[in-house]
Amino acid sequence: MSERPAGVFNVSYKQDREIFRTRFLRFWMIVFFIAILTGPLYMNNYLLSMANLTGIAIIGAMGLNILTGLAGQISLGQGAFIGVGAYASALLTTRLGLSFWVALPMAGFITAFVGMAFGVPSLRIKGLYLAIATLAAQVIIEFTIVHWRSLTNGTSGILVPPPKIGSFEFSSERSFYYLIFVVLVLAVTYARNLLRTRIGRAFIAIRDNDIAAEILGVNLFKYKLLAFFVSSFYAGIAGSLWAHYITIITPEHFTITVSIDYLAMIIIGGLGSVLGTIYGAIFITLLPEFLRVLAGSLGSIYPNIGDILGASRELVFGLIVILFLIYEPDGLYHRWQMIKAYWKLWPFSY
Amino acid sequence: MIFFLQLMVTGFVVGSVYALVALGFVLIYKSSRVINFAQGELVLVGAFVCLSLTTTYKVPFFLAFLLTMTVAVIVGLLIERFFLRPMIGEPVLSIIMLTIGLSSFLRGIVEIIWGTETRVFPPIFPSKPINFGGIVISQVYMWSFILAVLFLGIFTVFFKFTNEGIAMRAAADDEDAALSMGISIKKIYGLAWAIAALVAAVGGVVIGNINGVNISLSMMGLRVFPVVILGGLDSIPGAIIGGLAIGILENLAGGYLDPFFGGGVKEIFPFIILVLVLMIKPYGLFGLERIERV
Repeated sequence: MSERPAGVFNVSYKQDREIFRTRFLRFWMIVFFIAILTGPLYMNNYLLSMANLTGIAIIGAMGLNILTGLAGQISLGQGAFIGVGAYASALLTTRLGLSFWVALPMAGFITAFVGMAFGVPSLRIKGLYLAIATLAAQVIIEFTIVHWRSLTNGTSGILVPPPKIGSFEFSSERSFYYLIFVVLVLAVTYARNLLRTRIGRAFIAIRDNDIAAEILGVNLFKYKLLAFFVSSFYAGIAGSLWAHYITIITPEHFTITVSIDYLAMIIIGGLGSVLGTIYGAIFITLLPEFLRVLAGSLGSIYPNIGDILGASRELVFGLIVILFLIYEPDGLYHRWQMIKAYWKLWPFSY
Repeated sequence: MIFFLQLMVTGFVVGSVYALVALGFVLIYKSSRVINFAQGELVLVGAFVCLSLTTTYKVPFFLAFLLTMTVAVIVGLLIERFFLRPMIGEPVLSIIMLTIGLSSFLRGIVEIIWGTETRVFPPIFPSKPINFGGIVISQVYMWSFILAVLFLGIFTVFFKFTNEGIAMRAAADDEDAALSMGISIKKIYGLAWAIAALVAAVGGVVIGNINGVNISLSMMGLRVFPVVILGGLDSIPGAIIGGLAIGILENLAGGYLDPFFGGGVKEIFPFIILVLVLMIKPYGLFGLERIERV
């Protein structure tokens, strides 16, 4: 639980349950929302596309954080599950001619059931065995996407139409920004509330010690599968949004590298924390862009640095993950808490 | 029949390389409970170092091979000292993620130094194939197999008879007891990584001689998982038998099933075996089954 300023007391259960507890927080949340809603007014297309990519990444990472950070089931298959969502949505709209608004939740449910199927081994195995099992899921799903040509068109991919309401098409960055924003708010709110429910507490109990949880009456079978279900549902939604945003999907978008990126997001952001997921997703999505800009600006001084930095996305990514794990294992969220605590206690911060 | 035997032989050779790489993986897991996602990148580094030495610096192959092994041992020791030692006692997920980070770090370095295009070793073994009663084996394959078996043999003897080998097994069995007997656990961890890097490098040189070397060689690292799951994560004989079994099975599956699936069965088949093993016998053929208590 985060600490509150002195003088803020809970005098009713309703107050205790509030997410934005203080007036300060509520005020800044409103300011923040207004800033986001008016974002497209002062952002150019490039910034908007970055924001859209980040938004989709946050949804996918939120799902993974529910599974890994909250329920403690390590998954190396989030990239593939996002792929399942993307292809499900693409096929539903192109082959069956369904509207995006139907395909979006359906893609979520289809992915959720696929994820649940691959979550079945989690009942017998855990920890690193589960990590390897989900790695197998990743490889098998990737193979299926590439080789089931009659359905997925193999490596040449599928063209996906943008979402529509009436005659209005969500094809510009700006319109998609609002679409992603709405879905994102729903996804984050749900995740934030999940933490406080019986299900969320059961997940945490399983993460901390599954045998103890079972003895205390948590139905492992139900809750582990539920964790995979919820996580994959998020992946499916993220995949569906991605497919209709990018408008052409190929298997390269859903490789093991993507799964690793998602895992890196939640670890760098902070396991089991909603805010941390957001920080991590922003960090990892913007990292390549940052490197590109850095390469561009240093290029005039050191002509070769562009090539090196261009090739070194993986190197920097790896190094950042390693350094975070060694020096900041609790992630950006924890660091943010520390900074807040420091200023709250300043100048008596001992 | 000839087709079958040919597939068997190829499978055997590839399998012996898998066994080598998996041996390193198992060693690290056994001694320090670290699951090493960077094993494939160690293969990659070994292959590229040997390649550079032989092609760019014109070092004779045998000498280059020895130098590569030295470099690999140093790389292994450095990785253990700087990346793994601070992580002792951290949760499984962090350690998995650390080795994943390590793998992309190493891949990035390789990409910067050597680029991404495929390179081939200069012909070291005579190209004339040997004919064993109808089955044609190229000399590279035969020598690869001999090298792999040689190293597997050396390490089997090492673990059975030398002080270090016995100390490693003791540490794997019970860390606390080994510590109280005066075994330095840090040294054991370092040794495990050094050996893992060494066998990976040998595997890299062998497979590089057969297929050429490029960045995708690091995929070997993923192929190790079916091997060790089949053999048991903490069993050295398991790694050897699992390696050979996976090598043969994937080649047979590739040979007979590829026409039905349009290629690529080889890549996927080991993972199907992996899932089956996890469902039926999660601790593999020879793995130690851990009983958990609250």
